Amino acid sequence: MSDATFTTARPSLFRIAMRKPGFLAGLLIIGFSILLAIFPGAFAPYDPNAIDYLAVRQPPSWAHPFGTDLLGRDSLSRVIWAYQVNMQMAVFGTVFALVTGVIIGALVGYYRGIADMIFGRIVDAVITFPFLVLVIAVVAVLGPGLINMYIAISVVYWVYYARLMRAEVIAQMGNDYAAAGIVMGYSDRRIIFRHLLPNAITPVIVYWMTDMALVILLGSSLGYLGLGAQPPQAEWGVLIAEGRNFISTAWWLSLMPGIAIVLTGLGFSLLGDGLADLLRPRG
Amino acid sequence: MEHQTPILEVDGLNTTFYRSGQALPALRDVSFSVARGEVLGLVGESGSGKSVTLRSIIGLARRYGEVTGQVRWQGRDLVPMPDRDLRQIQGREIAMIFQEPMTSLNPLLTVGLQLEETLRAHTDLSKAARRDRAIEMLDLVGIPSAAQRLKDYPHQFSGGMRQRVMIAIALAANPKLLLADEPTTALDVTIQAQILDLILRLAQDMDMGVLLVTHDLGVVAQTCDHVAVMYAGRIVEQGPVRDVLRVPRHPYTVGLMRSVPENLPPRTPLYSVPGVPPSLDVLPKGCAFAPRCAACIAPCEQDRPPLSLITDGRQVACFNPISKAQGNAA
Amino acid sequence: MSSLSYILKRLLMLIPTFFLVMIIIFLLVRLLPGDPAIAMAGDRASDADIQAIRERLGLTQPMLVQFWLFLSNTMQGDLGRSILMRTDVIDVIADRLPITVFLTVYSVVLSLLIAGPLAFVAALNRGRWPDAVIRTVFQIGLSMPVFYIGLVLLTFLAAQLRLFPVGGYGDTFGERLYHLFLPSVTVALYTSAIIMRNLRSAIIEVLDAEYVQFARAKGLPSRLILGRHVLRNALISTVTLLGLSIGNLMSGTLVTETVFAVPGMGRLMLEAIFARDYPLIQGLTLTFAVLVSLVFLMTDLFQSRLDPRMRLQ
Repeated sequence: MSDATFTTARPSLFRIAMRKPGFLAGLLIIGFSILLAIFPGAFAPYDPNAIDYLAVRQPPSWAHPFGTDLLGRDSLSRVIWAYQVNMQMAVFGTVFALVTGVIIGALVGYYRGIADMIFGRIVDAVITFPFLVLVIAVVAVLGPGLINMYIAISVVYWVYYARLMRAEVIAQMGNDYAAAGIVMGYSDRRIIFRHLLPNAITPVIVYWMTDMALVILLGSSLGYLGLGAQPPQAEWGVLIAEGRNFISTAWWLSLMPGIAIVLTGLGFSLLGDGLADLLRPRG
Repeated sequence: MEHQTPILEVDGLNTTFYRSGQALPALRDVSFSVARGEVLGLVGESGSGKSVTLRSIIGLARRYGEVTGQVRWQGRDLVPMPDRDLRQIQGREIAMIFQEPMTSLNPLLTVGLQLEETLRAHTDLSKAARRDRAIEMLDLVGIPSAAQRLKDYPHQFSGGMRQRVMIAIALAANPKLLLADEPTTALDVTIQAQILDLILRLAQDMDMGVLLVTHDLGVVAQTCDHVAVMYAGRIVEQGPVRDVLRVPRHPYTVGLMRSVPENLPPRTPLYSVPGVPPSLDVLPKGCAFAPRCAACIAPCEQDRPPLSLITDGRQVACFNPISKAQGNAA
Repeated sequence: MSSLSYILKRLLMLIPTFFLVMIIIFLLVRLLPGDPAIAMAGDRASDADIQAIRERLGLTQPMLVQFWLFLSNTMQGDLGRSILMRTDVIDVIADRLPITVFLTVYSVVLSLLIAGPLAFVAALNRGRWPDAVIRTVFQIGLSMPVFYIGLVLLTFLAAQLRLFPVGGYGDTFGERLYHLFLPSVTVALYTSAIIMRNLRSAIIEVLDAEYVQFARAKGLPSRLILGRHVLRNALISTVTLLGLSIGNLMSGTLVTETVFAVPGMGRLMLEAIFARDYPLIQGLTLTFAVLVSLVFLMTDLFQSRLDPRMRLQ
């Protein structure tokens, strides 16, 4: 309604966190996940690789809250140690694509011309492949494993960041300050990196949060399919795959790592939604 | 012009919206009436509640907030009326046209269908008769070769033509009152006068009351019988157009009039009321206009001046109204 | 513009895209580190074996010649021979393609059946408890990897309760619907979370649009307002979104085929990868790309039918 638009003062971060329980929950989940990833030893009750043939596939108990696996290893400890690998995915699976995408997107958005046309064709071609198909095709050539998985994801995913960044830069170029910068004779570099980038990056950062959730899902899927992390490394997808054949007798083996995935994914997407709310221009 | 008893009586209308738990008083204690065939102008800056007033009368605002008070339409109160009964009045007895002809017609449906569905909801006409009536209406609002244009989509019309289509749709069921929400603001200057003339001519032919929202005092002077000036969700001054415009009593009305270029000799710097309208979540304690008012006195900041009758048919909400002499000087 | 010339123009636009797609697929095998011939031959192959594979793949020729051969062979429908299956790649794909297409269409239909009504309920109750419940459930759904949803459904509904078969494909249409129900639901639960989220905001946006306010002010029955004015407009963005999400959806079918042992292209892709069957990997990747761009094309056509503004440009 035209007469019903109101402006409100921008409240403090703390007040927003209190008013938005989703954002607060996301913050708590991810904060705790980071703690688990950095200090798994402090939280895990057992050595994740300690084999105990006398306690194979034990159901959950006080001694082993998540039960034990087929080699008698403590499931809870393995799920906790897996935080290291899976949280690392959220970073390494996204950060190279983010940086490359932001730079290329800003450049083609600013200069346009032939480079932009070629970029447009590349985007068209890359989105023509189902994402997972292209990633596993690259993994297939490089060979399975975590590092190769990061390379594969980055090689494909920078395009998505670049596309978003390009659109934002072009939108920002329409603003007066960009024109003012050009009129005042600032160097291209200064305009792009000092003026356009800081303003255009907000949606990219929000997207990055959601993307971290996606990469954890993707990474664990590849682990499950045998193309990501390799056993005996503790990784949620690998753990679920290990328990898959015993699912009717030892359901906890697959269930618990799954809960960890859902919880972490939820944490990142709540954080992303909350951040989007927070950074959305008000008025 | 003498008018008979009012068809619409708005009495103590309050509309409140809620944004993140905060109550925003969009309308407070709004009262006025419209007689059959009368044109009442509602003026004010954007955000003053003109549009919300129309939307509260026709039952659109209550989907978004809380509406209290009375809207008496021919003896029935529309505020507590259930949706089902209200639909018999919306479009049939009270119609509304919107500001933006670009966004107010459904882009995916032909104008013929959008006209026909109104007739279908409010008349017993047969399919063929509805088509005839639709052509008649488009013809009436001045759309050339009306019969061929029924199957056209809104984007195939120009802005002015689209506004004509919207008028045709609104008036198809012969309403007795038209709520017009800045119907010419989005149009080219040359088209504005045509559309306004059309609305007034049809209103006269159909003996229909019009509640015209505008921020243009020039439009009010040319078209309205009565005028109500709104500020921050309240009516601050109302009365017959000639009286109000000749001798404005509220400082805000004076300010509005001084900002109309036509009222000034050439090369006079254009005046604008200093400051900005208050945000609805931080309304001042006393008169909402006090912070911007040159005639502000001590009580203005403490108490809210009530809307009171000063002369025959004139109401002003001000503790220190402009006197006749001052008004002329301004 | 008539729809025929629109289709033609749209098809012409596909040519540069597919040229790049072919380059990507070509480079995939050749530019990345490692010699595909060695990789294909395995660790115990002799030098002669490797050389033989090189020649068979045309790897001894200059790059441009190789690309030309790859391009012209592909245009003639020759995708090479599958090492794993010992038949022509094109025949293997023709065999598996219908299964994946069936699964994909089935998943789309189920996603719409799940997301559509719930998005409406959530949008119409915006800010109240039904909205909150629906959004929370779907937010959790969005955080579940497809293989995990599949595994859970497989365990409880198929293995424990024996409501559904644990794998396979079936012969008749009815059998297929039954066999592929769980695999499709698995994909649909994930995709419907994406669709629900967007459809809900699309409906809310349309509900607040001026033309819906105008329709209400006209005193139309709510059924008519929802069905004619809201649904049609919200449908456009849903179709667009569905079209754009087709890549996601197919990624999902790839996983679900593996979990439920459905003999489609996705499962075949994994088998090809573990067997280092490069011609098959290339052929499958290309087929997936063709499928996706077909869906993009269909989305555009459907949109131009639904939206009169796009018909006359």
